[in-house]
Amino acid sequence: MAVAEFEVPKLKKYPVVPKIQEGAMAHIASFKASADVQEKIGFIGEMPENWKETALAKMGELLGKYRSLRVFMDACVHCGACTDKCHYFLGTGDPKNMPVGRQELMRKVYRRYFTFAGKYFPKLVGAVDLTKETLEEWYSYFYQCSECRRCSVFCPYGIDTAEISMAGREIVDSVGIGQKYTNNTLVKLHSIGNNLGLPGPALFDTMEGLEEDIQIETGVDVKIPIDMKGAEVLLITPSADFFSEPHVDSLIGYAKVFHQAGISWTLSSHASEAGNFGLFIGSYANMRRAAMRIRKAALDLGVKRIVVGECGHAWRVAYSFWNTLIGPFDFLDPNYPVPQHVCEVTYDLIQRGVLKFNKEANDDRVITFHDSCNVARGTRMGNTPGGQFTIPREIIKAVANNFYDMDQDTIGEGTFCCGGGGGVLTDDLVEVRVKGAQPRIEALKNVMDDRGVNFMASICAICKAQFNKVLPFYGIDTSLNGGVHQLVSTAIQLEAKE
Amino acid sequence: MSFLTIFYACLFYAAAAMLVGGLAYKIMGYARTPAPLKIPTTPAPTTKSGVALRVGREVVFFESLFKSNKWTWLFGWMFHVALLLIALRHLRYFLQPIPVVLVLEQPFGIYAGFAMVAGLLGLWVRRFAVDRVRYISTPSDHLMLALLLGIALSGLSMKFIAHTDIVSVKEFILGLLYFDWQPLPTDPLLLIHLFLIATLMAIFPISKLLHAPGLFFSPTRNQVDNPREQRHLAPWAAQLEGEPTAKSDS
Repeated sequence: MAVAEFEVPKLKKYPVVPKIQEGAMAHIASFKASADVQEKIGFIGEMPENWKETALAKMGELLGKYRSLRVFMDACVHCGACTDKCHYFLGTGDPKNMPVGRQELMRKVYRRYFTFAGKYFPKLVGAVDLTKETLEEWYSYFYQCSECRRCSVFCPYGIDTAEISMAGREIVDSVGIGQKYTNNTLVKLHSIGNNLGLPGPALFDTMEGLEEDIQIETGVDVKIPIDMKGAEVLLITPSADFFSEPHVDSLIGYAKVFHQAGISWTLSSHASEAGNFGLFIGSYANMRRAAMRIRKAALDLGVKRIVVGECGHAWRVAYSFWNTLIGPFDFLDPNYPVPQHVCEVTYDLIQRGVLKFNKEANDDRVITFHDSCNVARGTRMGNTPGGQFTIPREIIKAVANNFYDMDQDTIGEGTFCCGGGGGVLTDDLVEVRVKGAQPRIEALKNVMDDRGVNFMASICAICKAQFNKVLPFYGIDTSLNGGVHQLVSTAIQLEAKE
Repeated sequence: MSFLTIFYACLFYAAAAMLVGGLAYKIMGYARTPAPLKIPTTPAPTTKSGVALRVGREVVFFESLFKSNKWTWLFGWMFHVALLLIALRHLRYFLQPIPVVLVLEQPFGIYAGFAMVAGLLGLWVRRFAVDRVRYISTPSDHLMLALLLGIALSGLSMKFIAHTDIVSVKEFILGLLYFDWQPLPTDPLLLIHLFLIATLMAIFPISKLLHAPGLFFSPTRNQVDNPREQRHLAPWAAQLEGEPTAKSDS
């Protein structure tokens, strides 16, 4: 069990909403990005003399650019519907981690400078001046949000705290305050092509090694091609899939699926990352710049389809934003949606009877499925709303015999975030990550106890990395953490191909 | 023409102007602001008619609030439906002759008054009893409830305790509509009732009452889930298309 310098929340049989504890997480602030990094992604490096005017001007700009922010600033009635919905509040009790508490950090300033009531009656409506302390508080609490959108499901006006956290981060970025983890990652993505800063040659070496591993294990030559011109499919997957555990087992799964289905496919060394941290900081420009590598790779390689691997926020950017950011995709095969999720591809092949499985190979596993927040509430799979819930589960049931869902309130559209999404997946926020994971781990622990679950499949690189980190704090072995295509990989029956 | 009549006539013209003008200004602001990316909270409808149904369910049944918290839903929905029935009942002061359907609605409107008070009290109790809601409540949240409760109680009092001359009230209101001012009865309860209503109208566009138009403009609720089929370029985002990173061989 990992040693913590803070109190790890207790897991209970039934969810309990904590009493509020003001300031419980006020000490949290992740490391800040250097001036150099800030400038490389289009922000200023140091806080300027006129920081206040700059920040307010940015806020005004965003209010004019995003209807979401403009409406969400006005619409809240403080009804309290969201107050017990955020995993960070449930795990910490800090009222500024209630969705409305987090939103109010910005709304208080919005009222002061952009509304009649706040300009003339600030005390009455709870409006405050923008100060440096306010900005520091924004920095602390907007980076204690994983932008998972669970609150937006329950808000009677659909107010999505993610939109406000993103705007808050963009405003603090505009006065030189950025987060080291997210912004350093963006610099690597822009300059090298993936979040890990893994250069092309290293990628070729690693994939060759994986091919050998598969050959030894199965006796079949399954290829993991890179930069293969004329391939039908370009696979865009999180770079964690290339070497992190358990991520890599899902990559092997994708390779086996493509192999067995006879679909020619390739990775790209130019666009070797599905993740797009531009989303986390609300930066349209950075999100677009990062995604543009993928358009270029698809054109250069002459592929007909783009398929996205197991990654939550990446699937949101790909599914919901790519067409707008980097489309139109008129150069791709119109018979397939662009982009396609690898689960959609596998599910379709299963439906058509192309893939055969030895389900018993997974019999040592009792499996549950963790709906990743961005997939659940920001995207779809297939043609029917809710396909993002049914398709991964149908795949699991096709490749394994023992499957049990967690409590209904904690899956599907109400799924609890892993606690590490949206730019929180950094060691300097480990307290936030461990405490924020509590609602998810609690539901998991209950199916472990009641059903003997020993494997939690997810389809997100961040979820997998987060669970590796936080499960030990709760005394749970990390071998329980894995991917959907890891299960596919175990059960799929391979044949040699020409 | 008494001072009171002139004062209340001017008050209502001013309140109506602030309500209509303020709301038009806010709504135009919402409508003009682009929604550059597709952000419906999914699962979301894939057609426009599906979205109309989704927004309709939010407006009529408070669907998301129901998912969230049954007590808040119960009090909130009760209050809003009651307010609607009461508003319909009050149409009789604006219409001559009174349509049959409004005559039939009258009893519902009367008892809705009690439901409105019960709903408001329930919502107010939450602001004290639930620590999370207490934490987020501002003075204006309490004043808003006090204002609405004041309107409901003064109205109920005129029905059940001290009747006012409603024939004269109707003449006053029709006079306002046709710019042919008629004297307003001077019952204190009526004056309080009308003053609070004018206040409510005036503060509508500068308060959290903007949640009403806001719901219709909320991108997480009113967008169709079709981003793979259609591009959604905002004008400011379209300008980026000309920049170097957008160049492609196609």
